[in-house]
Amino acid sequence: MQVPSYVEYERASSVEHALALLSRPDHRVLAGGHSLIPMMKLRLAQPGVLVDINGLAELAQIRKDGGVLRIGALARHADLLDSAVAGELYPIVHDAERVVADPIVRLWGTVGGSLCQADPSEDLSAVFAAARATAVIRGQDGDREIPVREFHLGPYETVIGPGELLAEVRVPVHRGVGSAYEKVARRVGDWSVAAVGAVLRLGQDQAIEEAGLGLTAVGAEHFVAAEAEDFLRGRAPDEESFARAAAIAAVHCRPVADQRGPEDYKRHLVAELTIRALRRAAERAAARAGPPR
Amino acid sequence: MSMRVAVTVNGTEFARDIEPRLLLIHFLRDELGLTGSHWGCDTSNCGSCVVWLDARPVKACTVLAAMTDGRSVRTVEDLERDGQLDPVQQGFIECHGLQCGFCTPGMMMTARWLLDRNPDPAEAEIREAISGQICRCTGYENIVRSVRWAAEHPAHHRGDNL
Repeated sequence: MQVPSYVEYERASSVEHALALLSRPDHRVLAGGHSLIPMMKLRLAQPGVLVDINGLAELAQIRKDGGVLRIGALARHADLLDSAVAGELYPIVHDAERVVADPIVRLWGTVGGSLCQADPSEDLSAVFAAARATAVIRGQDGDREIPVREFHLGPYETVIGPGELLAEVRVPVHRGVGSAYEKVARRVGDWSVAAVGAVLRLGQDQAIEEAGLGLTAVGAEHFVAAEAEDFLRGRAPDEESFARAAAIAAVHCRPVADQRGPEDYKRHLVAELTIRALRRAAERAAARAGPPR
Repeated sequence: MSMRVAVTVNGTEFARDIEPRLLLIHFLRDELGLTGSHWGCDTSNCGSCVVWLDARPVKACTVLAAMTDGRSVRTVEDLERDGQLDPVQQGFIECHGLQCGFCTPGMMMTARWLLDRNPDPAEAEIREAISGQICRCTGYENIVRSVRWAAEHPAHHRGDNL
């Protein structure tokens, strides 16, 4: 029988209340709990006091607001998967949410919880890094905005400090963008062996204006393939570009051998999944642009 | 330190003093004596502990009972009412949807939720819905058939969502 570590419990009645509680020593956010509670059972986490934010509906909104897709940190994975606006603007989000854990876990696990858990094998970090999203971190003195690419300090570690709370993720909305996420897992609901997210923005001339490539579970710094992104910028979105970018991504990531596979297999996956994600992102970018007028 | 929770389970409010670290599955089984929900893998993988929390299925081994204060929970005991089985339960009888029966309560709670949202699910949709749950008898074929049977015989379903 696995019993969570001894803990006290407080329920936050408002965001301000949550922030006040979180500024006290050894207080920790409890949202979906689907990472934290298992870690408490294993004594990998032993917080003194849990601050339950599940009642704070204002943190669970998903909406387009001007040129930004705003995803509340408390939005459940299932809510994001059900969000038509998210799927329309960033199909990469729906691709990934279909393969995050399983349908029951997705009903309770939260977007913010996934990012804050900062597990190297977690899917949304690469998705939002590829999309060059921004994390809005709320504190008692106000908000600060941190690019998702600077949000993680390392495995299980983020820039969020005492007295702070991840409030939402803001994803910029551009014209001519297509995106996709490709994951290989051993079975339904498992962590990735490797996964790749691609976001392509095509210009009027159909060349790649901006490329985002997120890598999951392969030790990529800040979850991105920066060298491959640099290579793609300004090139045509064709098979040759994709193959060369894929080779660059496979060389620059740093997978480690574990029970999910050896290093060379993971590099092979990075290359192949990069090609597939870029291909699908380009198709979607073209479809969104519509036929020439 | 203990805390007071008041939670509505299957339409009845229960108040108990509990430790904050008590898991919902143990609250239901040990505090309330509702042993229909099974305690299985303890790692949110197997789904035999699935109950509804505020009308959404959840793996009760991964929720603190404290989190349910003021909320409502529905367990497998609530499927049958006044001697009348839910079509999902009848489907499991008709199609031999259980062998050892351990995964069954969780499977049935997920199936009822699926059918409330999608009264005529395709086989693939049923398989997707139960993909976070494990039947170690590997009786998935008959579980899927049982849910289809329930979809095809909704007549005496009362539509009573919590």
